[in-house]
Amino acid sequence: MQQFTQFDGLVAPLDRANVDTDAIIPKQFLKSIKRSGFGPNLFDEWRYLDVGQPGRDNSQRPLNPDFVLNQARFRGAQILLTRDNFGCGSSREHAPWALEDYGFRAIVGSTFADIFFNNCFKNGLLPIKLPAAEIDALFALVTEQTGYRLRIDLAAQTVARPDGRTIGFDVDPFRKYCLLNGFDDIGLTLRHADKIGDFEARRRIEQPWLFS
Amino acid sequence: MQQTLYDRLWVNHVVHTEEDGTALLYIDRHLVHEVTSPQAFEGLKLSGRKVWRISSIVATADHNTPTRDWEQGIADPVSRLQVETLDANIHEVGALAYFPFRDARQGIVHVIGPEQGATLPGMTVVCGDSHTSTHGAFACLAHGIGTSEVEHVLATQCLLQKKSKCMLVRVAGQTGKGVSAKDIALAIIGKIGTAGGTGYAIEFGGSAIRALSMEGRMTLCNMAIEAGARAGMVAVDQTTIDYLQGRPFAPRGELWDRAVAYWRTLRSDDGARFDAVVDLDAGSLQPQVTWGTSPEMVATIAGAVPAPEDFADPVTSEGVARALQYMGLAPRTPIKQISIDKVFIGSCTNSRIEDLRAAAAIARGRQVADNVKLALVVPGSGLVKRQAESEGLDKIFKAAGFEWREPGCSMCLAMNDDRLEPGERCASTSNRNFEGRQGAGGRTHLVSPEMAAAAAIAGHFADVRDLI
Ligand code: SF4
Repeated sequence: MQQFTQFDGLVAPLDRANVDTDAIIPKQFLKSIKRSGFGPNLFDEWRYLDVGQPGRDNSQRPLNPDFVLNQARFRGAQILLTRDNFGCGSSREHAPWALEDYGFRAIVGSTFADIFFNNCFKNGLLPIKLPAAEIDALFALVTEQTGYRLRIDLAAQTVARPDGRTIGFDVDPFRKYCLLNGFDDIGLTLRHADKIGDFEARRRIEQPWLFS
Repeated sequence: MQQTLYDRLWVNHVVHTEEDGTALLYIDRHLVHEVTSPQAFEGLKLSGRKVWRISSIVATADHNTPTRDWEQGIADPVSRLQVETLDANIHEVGALAYFPFRDARQGIVHVIGPEQGATLPGMTVVCGDSHTSTHGAFACLAHGIGTSEVEHVLATQCLLQKKSKCMLVRVAGQTGKGVSAKDIALAIIGKIGTAGGTGYAIEFGGSAIRALSMEGRMTLCNMAIEAGARAGMVAVDQTTIDYLQGRPFAPRGELWDRAVAYWRTLRSDDGARFDAVVDLDAGSLQPQVTWGTSPEMVATIAGAVPAPEDFADPVTSEGVARALQYMGLAPRTPIKQISIDKVFIGSCTNSRIEDLRAAAAIARGRQVADNVKLALVVPGSGLVKRQAESEGLDKIFKAAGFEWREPGCSMCLAMNDDRLEPGERCASTSNRNFEGRQGAGGRTHLVSPEMAAAAAIAGHFADVRDLI
């Protein structure tokens, strides 16, 4: 997994609550057996005027000029600013894969759906929860100022605004440690292989019906 | 100290805890389907790792599979490759049980687990699908997981988790006629919102829950994720035990007795502390219909669609305006005046035998309205389908003008050919009414099976209580 250090990125605002995983990546793209290549179909139904199909050349499709990511000023955005309950819906990891493949490295919102939140960390994408008042202020700033950027520092757990204001955020120490070091969860877990083995052996004796 | 059911299940599965409280939870049952597993099997192979415990795996193909013309196989080459990839992976790795495409026991992963007795009380159950919460109906700790976690469980038999808070949703009293578990679920979501359960595991309790069948409890736990909770659960009682007895993977003989004795302990202690408690009166519940693009946008059958100006918060108000526009509904439209184009009875929420019986009871001797272009009944599994056929339900549906299909996820997420066309409106027994969920531009209204049947007959939403 990619290591996450501090970075400075352009912010794109997606001013909606309850953005669900079907909106992030529609189901027809879930037929892929690969992990990559989902970026061009991120937010497919909002981004294009026609209906997308896997395997189509997306560069030939009509763009929806009203969709925020299609506006020239947000091209190359690495930080997505959003509202409550982002990523609700299915467990599809294709959602963080698509966001990451598109170029996003952090999602800043007020709340996130649990499974999506969890999936982000497995893919080097940082979901950042900020108080609703901070989110409101950021939406106003991003709308007013073209080229609005934020500096995100995971080690310090801060989001720094260009005007010098710094906002702290919480992150689980274990997740932070994995992300900062680019560690693979499985490798870390397997350090406890003996413990898992012992636990399993005990369980076989206590609840043998689970091991038929 | 008194424990909640969730505490009990949690403590029973912790292998190791990191300093910050992140726990390694041991996983008893791993359900696998074609959509979220290929990248996990590939990752495992690339890193040269092995599957930790093959006998924990139960697999099936469900999301992508067609619901008719099975003898012709899967026409869409992309879907076919995904299903074949699952075949190949399971062939290579092994499993406790595999119900491939066209197997007599194939079906929706959350229907077949319980049906086979592969979901047992006290288990941790995971699956790369958010509706894994369904299995909590058996007092399991059941989580939906992402593909990286699927790989993690394959390789380590564990999941990295932080303990959630615990919410008790207590539904007391007796539901009226025509009010089902689906209505309870939608009413709860309407009350607490789609993010109301975020960060919580929900235990459903109270006399109305105890009175539900296992099918009803599964419907309820299935929708826990739509309330934002990763897990939902119901304590074990005689209903649970009766359901499991004699199922293929349930224990037998002396082991059965030992298991049952243990299962009976799977409940919250009296006086256990919950982080939040929500109370609902079953007696006042009415049949529910969603009108918007989120399951919390719900009204009773006697109600009406709201207007954006009813909401003071600008984000909510704008969300309502956007939902009404997407749904093609004018503010204040009475629910009963909304006419429909299609009907879908199916999905892991409502495709079990009891659901089909409830819908058939309404369809019996009646006709699907002329304005309804398609009314689909998709059983949750091959076994449900056969059971229904042995009871003659298929004949009732077909005589009324419904189509009777092969099992699978079908129009719940429209990965196969069953879908809504842009602008079409559907009465659906599934669990999500998101934009485009049942097909790009499609409009979904979530209802119970009996309400879906009533809508099919009337051609618009109708109060099922007038038909019983
Ligand atoms: S029926 Fe729908 S919700 Fe259930 S597993 Fe299939 S796609 Fe997911």
